[in-house]
Amino acid sequence: MNHYPIINHPYHEASGGGVAFTGATLEKVRAIMARYPEGQQKSALLPVLHIAQEELGGYLSVDVMNYVASLLGIQPIEVYEVATFYSMFRLEPAGKYVIEVCRTGPCTLAGGERILGHLCETLAIGVGETTPDGLFTLKETECLGSCGTGPTMQVNTEFYEQLTPGKIDRILEDLREQALQTNSGESSWAGQFS
Amino acid sequence: MGRAILLENIDIPGIRGFGAYRAHGGYQAVTRALREMTPAEVGQEVTRSGLRGRGGAGFPTGLKWSFLDRKSDKPRYLVCNADESEPGTFKDRYLMHHLPHRLIEGLIISSYALGASTCFIYIRGEFKYLVGVLETAIREARQNGFLGDNILGSGFSLDIWVHPGAGAYICGEETALLESLEGKRGNPRIKPPFPAFKGLYGCPTVVNNVETLAAVGPIVLMGGEAYAKIGRGKSTGTKLMSACGNIKRPGVYEIELGLPVEEFLFSPEYCGGMSGDRYLKALIPGGSSVPILPADLALNTARGDQRLLTYESMAEGEFESGSMLGSGGFIVLDEYACIVRNTWNLTRFYRHESCGQCSPCREGTGWMEKILHRLEHGEGRMKDIDLLVRIAGNIEGKTICPLGDAAAWPVASAIRHFRSEFGYHAEHPDQVKNIDHGPLPLPETSAGPVAANGIKYW
Repeated sequence: MNHYPIINHPYHEASGGGVAFTGATLEKVRAIMARYPEGQQKSALLPVLHIAQEELGGYLSVDVMNYVASLLGIQPIEVYEVATFYSMFRLEPAGKYVIEVCRTGPCTLAGGERILGHLCETLAIGVGETTPDGLFTLKETECLGSCGTGPTMQVNTEFYEQLTPGKIDRILEDLREQALQTNSGESSWAGQFS
Repeated sequence: MGRAILLENIDIPGIRGFGAYRAHGGYQAVTRALREMTPAEVGQEVTRSGLRGRGGAGFPTGLKWSFLDRKSDKPRYLVCNADESEPGTFKDRYLMHHLPHRLIEGLIISSYALGASTCFIYIRGEFKYLVGVLETAIREARQNGFLGDNILGSGFSLDIWVHPGAGAYICGEETALLESLEGKRGNPRIKPPFPAFKGLYGCPTVVNNVETLAAVGPIVLMGGEAYAKIGRGKSTGTKLMSACGNIKRPGVYEIELGLPVEEFLFSPEYCGGMSGDRYLKALIPGGSSVPILPADLALNTARGDQRLLTYESMAEGEFESGSMLGSGGFIVLDEYACIVRNTWNLTRFYRHESCGQCSPCREGTGWMEKILHRLEHGEGRMKDIDLLVRIAGNIEGKTICPLGDAAAWPVASAIRHFRSEFGYHAEHPDQVKNIDHGPLPLPETSAGPVAANGIKYW
């Protein structure tokens, strides 16, 4: 799973507060928690962490994880151990757009390795790095379940499929333009739940 | 012509919404089950249908349901496994994307049969947009009286909740899924106790794959016996195949079980043959975890019979010369594909996805990846090949969950059938280094893959 250097992780940097969901999101989060049986609110951890990562700074800082723990009435360690297990959670700041390129077999057969190479070249960064303008973080990921429409990548969990170098250039251009607008045009995690 | 049961009506405009789905016979199965059948009768129809788990294991669904602890006074749960993460598999995504109500309908009937009043759909987090699609379908069903309290006046009440995962292949294993649903790390549990007795929150639980549950509606409508007549032998009904790799028409196809592999691969109705009319080199027929087959064994069994898409025929010859139908993730490799590179790639996947609980898997997948990496990059040795076989043998069957087997089989089978290619890598380091493994160029304006019934896939 995620191989974060937990020992070196600055858990001690928690400032002890300052992060919280806004009213509407908090309401949504409480509604999600209420879906699980009485006393099993810990079950809401994964959906709530998705919302927290998206709305509280783009990654799960120690403050954010501690806040989620207090919200769910569980120990902070119960959040840390989950946040370090699942690959969609980030413990470090990332660019505005996190690009994750599928590197597994079927996408590779469709040319996935070339796609990654093209992104590295175009963005002038390596895998795991962020562009100096803070716009793009490039990552590799395992199978995204788009094997018939590869090569595939996700940008902040939006699918982009049947990629070609030309298509990637257009996608990056669109994202740069989109970054200038206030409305990101992305669908939010909280918005998925009715 | 392929037989469409699950994907029937898929090309009707607006079928994703409740109105169009209902207008074309949708939710009739729910009405039939709740108004005219007892829960036990629904279970009997499913048993009679011979339906088998479509997630990969192929375990008889009726039998799995019969294990549920009905004496316990605890609440019962139905959990739908939508954590589709097996490389090469994208059928559940397709089904949920186009026909979410087909699944919801199956969930209502199955919950009724099992006596569950809460059902969770555990869907992989990467399918975020499908969370919204399913939530919308659930809301529509509720607004129309098919979910909530006292459905259709039957006294049966049901809530369905969508629960996203967060990027972990292991959570497709049913006990890891339950751990994850409880808000924990996805470490598989030791069985027994089986989920049928101690599942979600320690309560009796059934976990079934999306495609399995989606088939329950049609089974109720046509009757278990009629469903059992479709297919071949113990492989009854239809199966969604997700085809990818070096073929002309990647996509999701519904087939009647028993279709010959050769026909599926070369018929213009399905895969349409090899892309660029190149030669078939190897086939991974059921998702990346099943043994790889060389071309001759993919199309015919070692005894010379035609290889069919059934659970039995795919497994014929066992690990010597057979494979498994698995999840139906049909990965086709052409003559340009490098088996060593492909095996290394898949082993890297299992290394990444091992939960780390059991030493043979945690250490073994990493060790195998390291060796395969050096073979692929021109730094391997001849004795690495037997070492790989030994490590794979030491993982297989020695772990809590089947991920260990899933990591071992691709390596062991690739060496069994393509040993000379591994040997070539060890003996010709200069020739395997720095090879451009990109695909042969395709035109930029490719029309794109098409799926069953001629719909553009995405």
